[in-house]
Amino acid sequence: MATDVKQYLRPEAPPMPFCPGCGDRILLRLILTAIDELKLNMDDMLFVSGIGCAAWIPSPHFNADTLHTLHGRAIAFATGAKMFNPKLKVMVISGDGDLADIGGNHLIHAARRNIDLTVICANNMVYGQTGGQVAATALKGILTATTTAGNYYRPFDLCKLVNAAGAIYAARYSVTQPTLLISSIKKALQTEGFSFIEVISPCPTQFGRQNRLDTPKDTFKFFEDKLITEEDAKGLSPQELENRIITGEFSNGRS
Amino acid sequence: MVLKEMKSTLPPGSYYFSGNEAAAEGAIAAQCGYYGGYPITPSSELMHRIASRFRETGGVFMQMEDELASICSVIGAVWAGARAMTATSGPGFSLMQEAIGYAVMTETPIVIVDVQRVGPATGQATRPGSGDMMQAKWGSHGDREVIAISPWSVQEMYDQTINAFNLAERYRVPVILLSDEAIAHLRERMEIRERVTIFNRRKEKGAPPFGAGDDGVPPMPAFGEGERLLVTASTHTEYGIRKTDDPLVQAKLSSRLHKKIVNKRDEIIEYENFYIEDAEVVVIAYGFTARSSLFAVERLRQEGQRVGMIRLKTIWPFADRLIRNLGTKVKKIFVPEMNMGQMAGEIMKYTPCEVISFSQTNGEVIYPYAIMEQLERLL
Repeated sequence: MATDVKQYLRPEAPPMPFCPGCGDRILLRLILTAIDELKLNMDDMLFVSGIGCAAWIPSPHFNADTLHTLHGRAIAFATGAKMFNPKLKVMVISGDGDLADIGGNHLIHAARRNIDLTVICANNMVYGQTGGQVAATALKGILTATTTAGNYYRPFDLCKLVNAAGAIYAARYSVTQPTLLISSIKKALQTEGFSFIEVISPCPTQFGRQNRLDTPKDTFKFFEDKLITEEDAKGLSPQELENRIITGEFSNGRS
Repeated sequence: MVLKEMKSTLPPGSYYFSGNEAAAEGAIAAQCGYYGGYPITPSSELMHRIASRFRETGGVFMQMEDELASICSVIGAVWAGARAMTATSGPGFSLMQEAIGYAVMTETPIVIVDVQRVGPATGQATRPGSGDMMQAKWGSHGDREVIAISPWSVQEMYDQTINAFNLAERYRVPVILLSDEAIAHLRERMEIRERVTIFNRRKEKGAPPFGAGDDGVPPMPAFGEGERLLVTASTHTEYGIRKTDDPLVQAKLSSRLHKKIVNKRDEIIEYENFYIEDAEVVVIAYGFTARSSLFAVERLRQEGQRVGMIRLKTIWPFADRLIRNLGTKVKKIFVPEMNMGQMAGEIMKYTPCEVISFSQTNGEVIYPYAIMEQLERLL
């Protein structure tokens, strides 16, 4: 686990912008660890991101070709690049608001077309960069800047969504499960076709503050308590599973 | 050498194409290797022809899920090394505006064919208009410079599409072909020459991809060339490092993006004069309306009237010096347009001479006799 990820970071990049306790900083390390373990050449890789905190994971920090795009459109840009130059190994890294709210249409269409992309969605259930508004992935009842009486709506199950659209590999893990997550990222990178990982990446600053979770530790615990493995979830009723976060691989083996 | 001569993709000779088909062939002749599009009347035939012809030329065609995805995939493909384009009409052109701003800020050479239809909104999908002239200029937030060209014939749909690719590459900027339904669906004879001239993308290993002095154009690298590019539409340094609160970096970048087009406008702008040496009244027209205007002007000339015409081939950057100069020589300028006077307003900015705007937005082309009738009143 002691991979030196510095070798993959752009030396001239400014200091990282992530708040203390941000899950995205952990995710950055886990992605680079997976790349290191697979011995991928950064010169062959293209990292595409949208707008939001998670979009700043690869841009400007990864020392490779990076394309920081418009809000919601990372997958559309990535599709054009991959289709024109299939030799590029293309990874999309962005947040849940970017990929699932404003960019949801591109997400399902890329899965349907089975474009050979690895999409990593850092899910913190809020819009971190714009002040902590609710996202389409937010659990019911959570407090945000725009749901001060608790979120009324159901969240998207992004893994089910991309699987229904035809994804080859779909998984969900939390940054608090580093070993599982590294192995999942490696699998996704080795998958030919559309692969997707939803990463629970807690946001102590916006999510934590709104939900009266005083420290990053409290925010992490809030999410950890909701995690349940796919195995343990079997046999539980939808009511029992409401507001639980099921982790595991949900690949449907399609091609 | 930056310019190179290539054999045309079609055998030289006469062809009987529609404007949309001619633009597709122009793109192929200009080595377009990626097309991302979404169907919309009256532009779709362009996409149809690309879809089938790319199977012969090896280009990559993608029908995307919407116009946002179309233009974003085009920008992605260009950074992956392609010459790339999309085509659309008013409603789709509106959806593409944010990404046009992105392409300006990241200096991505792309070509967009906007086959204008009469609006606003859904309007009449199969009827022509020129309602997007200002949208081409001001459609995105923030000041941004693009190049826009207005073809008036099927021949020019071909030639100017090639020109659009060359201008896009030379200035690293989006180029918009402001066509309209009448030109796009018009069929007429056009010639394909034996050779076409193509502007080759300039490469310079390790050079800053986003810096080139005060008004220069940087070389254009691509992903996969080992340059480890940092592309962002946030304000950035010459190597692409994001600078979101540095006023000097913002001022320098926005100024260069403006100047690299505006300072070169004499090289970019093309127009055509008809009978203006002794003209007292001059018609300024573009696109399909220039055809009707020329007919009217020639009729009146036969009657001995001192009337002339200037056809604007380049719309943006605007030919301000041409208009300033013209305004000192003629009595009146007459501007017929299939919009509410969008270019007439622009012309008025640059001359104190009397400018008469003639608008028609009923979804019909402006007929020559309507222009003649108006001109007779002015003469």
